Amino acid sequence: MYVAVKGGEAAIDNAHRLLADRRRGDRSVPALTLDQITEQFALGVDRVMSEGSLYDRRLAALAIKQARGDLIEAIFLVRAYRTTLPRFGYSEPVDTGAMLIERRISACFKDLPGGQLLGPTFDYTHRLLDEELDGDPQIAIGERRESLTDAAARVADILGGEGLVEEDVDPAGQSAPGDINHTPSEFPMSRAMRLQSLSRGDEGFLLALGYSTQRGYGRSHPFAGEIRIGEVEMEIIVPELGFAVPLGRIQVTECQMVNQFKGSAKAPPQFTRGYGLVFGQSERKAMAMSLCDRAMRAEELGEDVVAPPQDQEFVISHCDNVQATGFVEHLKLPHYVDFQAELGLVRTMRAEYAQRESTFQTDLQEAAE
Amino acid sequence: MNAMSRNATYNFAYLDEQTKRMIRRAILKAIAIPGYQVPFASREMPMPYGWGTGGVQVTAAILGPDDVLKVIDQGADDTTNAVSIRKFFERVAGIETTTHTAEATIIQTRHRIPEAPLAEGQVLVYQVPIPEPLRFLEPRETETRKMHALEEYGLMHVKLYEDIAKNGHIATTYAYPVKVEGRYVMDPSPTPKFDNPKMHMSAALQLFGAGREKRIYALPPHTEVVSLDFEDHPFEVQRFDRPCALCGAEQVYLDEIVLDDRGGRMFVCSDTDHCETRRAEGHRGELGGELSGEAK
Amino acid sequence: MRNESTALDGGFSAPVQDAQAVFRAVMDAMARPATIVEIRPPVTPPAPLPPIIGAIASTLLDADTPIWLDPTLGQSPEVGEWLVFHTGASFTDQPGEASFALIGDGSAFPDLDTFAQGTQEYPDRSATLVIAIEAFDGGTPLCLRGPGILDRATIAPRGLPKDFAEQWEENTQRFPRGVDLVLATGDSLVCLPRTARLIAREMEV
Ligand SMILES: [Zn+2]
Repeated sequence: MYVAVKGGEAAIDNAHRLLADRRRGDRSVPALTLDQITEQFALGVDRVMSEGSLYDRRLAALAIKQARGDLIEAIFLVRAYRTTLPRFGYSEPVDTGAMLIERRISACFKDLPGGQLLGPTFDYTHRLLDEELDGDPQIAIGERRESLTDAAARVADILGGEGLVEEDVDPAGQSAPGDINHTPSEFPMSRAMRLQSLSRGDEGFLLALGYSTQRGYGRSHPFAGEIRIGEVEMEIIVPELGFAVPLGRIQVTECQMVNQFKGSAKAPPQFTRGYGLVFGQSERKAMAMSLCDRAMRAEELGEDVVAPPQDQEFVISHCDNVQATGFVEHLKLPHYVDFQAELGLVRTMRAEYAQRESTFQTDLQEAAE
Repeated sequence: MNAMSRNATYNFAYLDEQTKRMIRRAILKAIAIPGYQVPFASREMPMPYGWGTGGVQVTAAILGPDDVLKVIDQGADDTTNAVSIRKFFERVAGIETTTHTAEATIIQTRHRIPEAPLAEGQVLVYQVPIPEPLRFLEPRETETRKMHALEEYGLMHVKLYEDIAKNGHIATTYAYPVKVEGRYVMDPSPTPKFDNPKMHMSAALQLFGAGREKRIYALPPHTEVVSLDFEDHPFEVQRFDRPCALCGAEQVYLDEIVLDDRGGRMFVCSDTDHCETRRAEGHRGELGGELSGEAK
Repeated sequence: MRNESTALDGGFSAPVQDAQAVFRAVMDAMARPATIVEIRPPVTPPAPLPPIIGAIASTLLDADTPIWLDPTLGQSPEVGEWLVFHTGASFTDQPGEASFALIGDGSAFPDLDTFAQGTQEYPDRSATLVIAIEAFDGGTPLCLRGPGILDRATIAPRGLPKDFAEQWEENTQRFPRGVDLVLATGDSLVCLPRTARLIAREMEV
């Protein structure tokens, strides 16, 4: 007698129990603490905050632990949590010019006011595996500058003084930046909304697209005008008080890409900009973001839209890894009803094909005879 | 109980009230413009995009404490994702659930419409992956929106006609496009075209939610829903040349079950409630056994 | 002080359940045009805002929905304060900019085409008018057909402008653009989405 397979609740519960077991792993190995994750996997935590769109190191660390180190799964956990949070208001724009800088470099100038500050970078490390880290070697405490001697003006502002670089305004005159969480996407999308999408966009996707612009798919002649990492003050205006109240500091990475531009019918010759800003420390993401931002401005600047990175509907519709992973992985769900429909069709078409072939063969034979 | 208390900080039916209001407004406009896809600010849900987040958001926005919810996937109440979504609503809304089509006030579905005709007052909520029927002919939203605005559906007819020219018949078996009240071409979600006629003049309200694509659309009860076709190639549904092996039902959609690796097959109702109800009434097919057993 | 109601009073006592119940009534009514749906309004707003309209407003309005008030409601500061406190919505004096219009006197309001009609690309960006009427009978009969109506349905709302039928016919002809109406009185409401076409007039054409 036939016994149908049922995917019952018990099967799901068992699967989740097994997941919990595998997540914990060998019980003789101490469990990770969230402090260990925030302190020692800080860049992974930053990515989860950035693409999860929630600045909370502890929750990002918790998500990474719960996701067994799968960062996209962790990002998803954080996103699904943040969407339930009440919205109290919108912060004032952060002033990255007033950033407490930990790292700041410009590829456009040998030296500049405020100096080149390398900060905690992998750059110029030799990528040799360090076996000493298979232990807990003594590491000297990093030294701190007392204070900056020079103010570190933003490179874009230095160039802007000469009129060489376009002004930092939204050309379409959209004054309110909008909120991608509350507005269904509509194309063409304002630059402010595109930047919001890019900032939480998938690092790998933006990296590949940014890379493709360098290889000629929407070439934009970029120079890393400035990359800066550090803490900025967050403020919110309380209507009852009528002035801005500080909420605290967050760490961000900002990239201002400066792009050579010959001018077009729509804009004079000048340097144009691509912009990147992400939570935490992630200059790969901020740089890729600014390349993509600049590429998507093609239409606004009168350039031909010829490559995928310049196509805002293509980039914005596909940069969210929570959406992408969900839809790709949904192929795991049962589709047997539709498969049955296709099975019936293919059987019919094969029968028709065989019929035609045999008629054709008969005709040939008759013609030969 | 334990599960409920662990989720005590979430609102009834998970969504916050502001989100519900936004979805409710979209639903009302969707009902007022049958077949038109209303954009809405879809939220992240605690299940992945593509796994029913659109349907879940619609259900969460309309659900009340007196509702009785049924969730099906592939026509079955016991498929893993149906179980998971049903459990979600039991946990976050504490509502009553059922597997009986006739008892449900809200039925959330993926890929099927129940065999038994729905009644006045019932709501059928579809999970939709790609709401745009023109998407595979034109990938750009900016273009397809214009096509709907101008009622410019020639491309869809050309595509279907190319099928006929190449294969002798239309080679679309599921997500078969329909025209609503003579105006909007609409994607019925990936239900087999077998189910298309059930949408026409249904007594139930039909709501469609696409979470990842951020669209909601609707068919009010008693709405004209016509599958696209041609005079010389009228629309036809799939036919099965045998009845359900368990309950003997005819004119229903069947799942093909592979019994062994020597070509042994049986065909049974895809709508598990329909099949169980019929067997409870004493109907038997040729292999009329009992459904039991569980995935481990 | 005790008997004096303020803007803070008279809202939903159980906001989640109340809003859901009112919404389901409106949804059912929108899905079945010209059908009278009963719902006891779970709010007590200041006059002249009818409780049922206060309930619909509390259910559907928030900071994302600019509202337009007709002079009857607009001249009452208490009504304005109550709506702001319970919905967070902002007011506009341009009917064309409102996503919802609350109309306290159904017998006189601007022509339907002065409200947002939506665009051909986005017909959903149109206004919903919530209109207080006198009764669902005793007025000019409107015989309607369309989605949500099995065969045909007739209502005779009393307390609408004299030329309402003409205006409504024009509204339905603008489809997919056009406004949608919620008519309300006492414990009852009826919806007229833009798809509800007048039959008699269809015959004449
Ligand atoms: Zn059966």
